[in-house]
Amino acid sequence: MTTIYVPGDSGALALGAEAVSGAIGREAAARHLDVRVVRNGSRGAYWLEPLVEVEGPHGRLAYGPVGAADVPSLFDAGWLQGGAHRLALGAFESLPWFCGQQRLTFQRVGRTDPCSVTDYLANGGYAGLRRALSMDPAAIVEQVTRSGLRGRGGAAFPTGIKWKTVLGQPPGRKYVTCNADEGDSGTFSDRMLMEGDPLSLIEGMSIAGIAVGATQGYIYLRAEYPHAWRTLTRAIAAAYAAGYLGNDVLGSGRRFELEVRLGAGAYICGEETSMLESLEGRRGEVRVRPPLPAVKGLFGCPTVVNNVITLATVPLILQRGAEFYAGFGMGKSRGTLPLQLAGNIKRGGLIERAFGLTLRELLYDYGGGSASGRPIRAVQIGGPLGAYVPASQFDLPIDYEALAASGAMLGHGGIVAFDDTVDMARMARYAMHFCAVESCGKCTPCRIGSTRGVELLDHILAGRGGEHALGRLEELCELMLQGSLCGLGGMTPFPVQSALKHFREDFSAHAQH
Amino acid sequence: MQTSALDQEHDVRRILAQYKDRPGPLLEVLHAVQGAFGFIPPQAIGPIAEGLNLSRAEVHGVITFYHYFRSTPPGRHVLKLCRAESCQAMGADALAAHAEARLGVSFHESTPEGHFSLEPVYCLGLCACSPALLLDGEPHGRVTPQRLDALLEEAEAGAGGGR
Repeated sequence: MTTIYVPGDSGALALGAEAVSGAIGREAAARHLDVRVVRNGSRGAYWLEPLVEVEGPHGRLAYGPVGAADVPSLFDAGWLQGGAHRLALGAFESLPWFCGQQRLTFQRVGRTDPCSVTDYLANGGYAGLRRALSMDPAAIVEQVTRSGLRGRGGAAFPTGIKWKTVLGQPPGRKYVTCNADEGDSGTFSDRMLMEGDPLSLIEGMSIAGIAVGATQGYIYLRAEYPHAWRTLTRAIAAAYAAGYLGNDVLGSGRRFELEVRLGAGAYICGEETSMLESLEGRRGEVRVRPPLPAVKGLFGCPTVVNNVITLATVPLILQRGAEFYAGFGMGKSRGTLPLQLAGNIKRGGLIERAFGLTLRELLYDYGGGSASGRPIRAVQIGGPLGAYVPASQFDLPIDYEALAASGAMLGHGGIVAFDDTVDMARMARYAMHFCAVESCGKCTPCRIGSTRGVELLDHILAGRGGEHALGRLEELCELMLQGSLCGLGGMTPFPVQSALKHFREDFSAHAQH
Repeated sequence: MQTSALDQEHDVRRILAQYKDRPGPLLEVLHAVQGAFGFIPPQAIGPIAEGLNLSRAEVHGVITFYHYFRSTPPGRHVLKLCRAESCQAMGADALAAHAEARLGVSFHESTPEGHFSLEPVYCLGLCACSPALLLDGEPHGRVTPQRLDALLEEAEAGAGGGR
C-alpha cells in the first residue's frame, strides 16, 4: 500500500486540496491501486500548495502545486513509483527553501497525520510529558526558565517566570489556558500548528498543568478558524482515548482535563485579561492589572495564559533539555521563531529559524521578493499594531531587542510585504479604522481616539489640513500611546507613527492635490 | 431555517439544559443557538437570561459585543471577505469593491432576495494565499474578481464543495 499525503490545512484547502484529495481517491479506485490518503498539515510552502507527497519505494517525494485536473496524468506518469512529471519536486526536505530551516516547534507539522497518537509517538511525541511526570514541579519550571523561552504571542515575557508565579500560589484550583485567538493579521503559525500537529499543543498544556498544579485547561480558539476547531476537537478525543488526558494521565495519578472554547470574532480577546473575561462568558473587556492572571485569573484562580506556539514548544524543551533549545538564537531571544511571510511576496509561507536572521534574508532568500515583481517598499511586522519598516532597514536582525530598539516590534512573527504602489497614508488610516472597529470601549483614548484618528486621516487623505493636521495626528498618537488601558489603543499609534516617520511624503502627497 | 416559535423555544431550552451547568456558559449557549437558527433571535434573550440567572441586558451586551453573533437571519450564503493588510497588499480593496458592485450591497448587508450576506473579516490566517475569503465556511485563496464571480455563481446554482 502506498501512502499519499494531501494537506488538510485550511490554506491548502483554500487552494483546492479537497478536490485534489477526492480526485486521487477516485483515480486510485478506478485503477485498482491500493492507496491510503493521509490529510497532513502544511509544510508551509504555500506557493506550492496543494503540495502532495507520495511515500513510495524512492522515499517521500513531493509534487506541487497539484490541481485536481493534474491527478490522472500523475498516475499515468507512475508517481506511486517515483515517475517523472512536470510537477515533481523531489524530496521536499531537500529543497533549499526547507533544508536551511531549523524546525523545532514545527518539527512534525506537514510530516505526520495530525490526530494520530501512534504517528505522534513514532515521531518523538509525549517524550516530554513522560520526562515531566518523573520530575518535581519546580524542576519542570526551572527547565522552561533556563531554555529562555519567551511568550510567542507577542509580549515575549519569559514563560518560566510566569509559570513560577502560578506554581508559587497556594494549592487549590488553578488553570492553564491557551490563547489561540490568533487575531493579528499576517500571522498564521498558530493555525498551522493546531491543524498540523495539535497533539504538541495538548502535550504542552498537560506539562504546564503538571508543572503548576492545574487540573483543567482551556484552549480559547478564534471563531474564524473552523478547521482548526475540528482538528483540535478530534485530537483531544484521541488523547483522552489513549490515556494522555483525563483523571489519571499515563497512570501517574495526575489529572488534566482539556477543552476548546470558541471565541466570537473579537480581536481584543487576544489580550489575555479580555480573553479570560470571554472564557467566563462575558463581554471581552480588558481587566485592570494588577492582579496578574498568574495570581488571579480565570474564575479568580491562578492561571497560566500562554500562546499556542509557546505551549507547543514546551514538549521539545522537556524532551531535549533546556540547553538544547537555548543553544539557538541570539542575545536574549533564545530558540527559534516560526516566522510567517505574507502579503505581496512571491513565496509566502512559514519559515522557522533561530532568531538572528535578517529581514532581507527572509524577504529575498526565502520570499523571493515581491509577487508583483516591483520593489518591496515596506513591511509591517507583528500584526495590525506593528510598525511599518522601510526598505532601508531590511538588514535588521529578527530579534526582540534589536527590533524594539529601532522602534518596531516582532510580536507574533508575522511579516507582511508591500510593494511600491502602497499608499502609507491609507495604511495609517486602516490602522485607526481597525482600532475603532475592535476597541472594547472600556477606555476613552482607544474608543474615542481611534474614531478621531480616522476622521483626521480622512481629512488628510482628502487633501485638507496640511502640516497642522499632521501635528494633530501626532498628538493624538501620543495620547493613545500614553493613556490607553491595554495594547490595542496603546499600540495602534505604532503603524501610524512609523508611516509618518518613514513615509511622510505619502501624507503630503494628498495635501498637494 | 424558519422554525416555529414553539420549536425555537424548545430548542433554546434544550441548549440551556445542555450547557447551563458548565463554567462560564454564555458564549457556548450563544454559539449553540446561532448554530441552530443561523442567528440569535431577539425572543431567545429572555429565556437565555432566565436560564443562566443573568439580566437581559447582560445577554444583550454580550451578543452585541462580539462581531460573530448576529441578531438577524443571514442570507442563504455568507461571504466573508478579508480586509486586513496582507490581503490589501494583494488587491483585497479592489476585490471588495467588486463584491459590493456584483451583489449590489455594502458590507454588513444582505441582498434583497436574501441570497447573499456580505461580511468583512479581519484575517482568516490565510495570509500566504491573499486575498482570501470564506464562502459558507469554506476557505478560498488568491481570489481574483473573475474567480469570485465563478464562486458566487456556483453557490447560486447550488453546487457545493468548492473547486
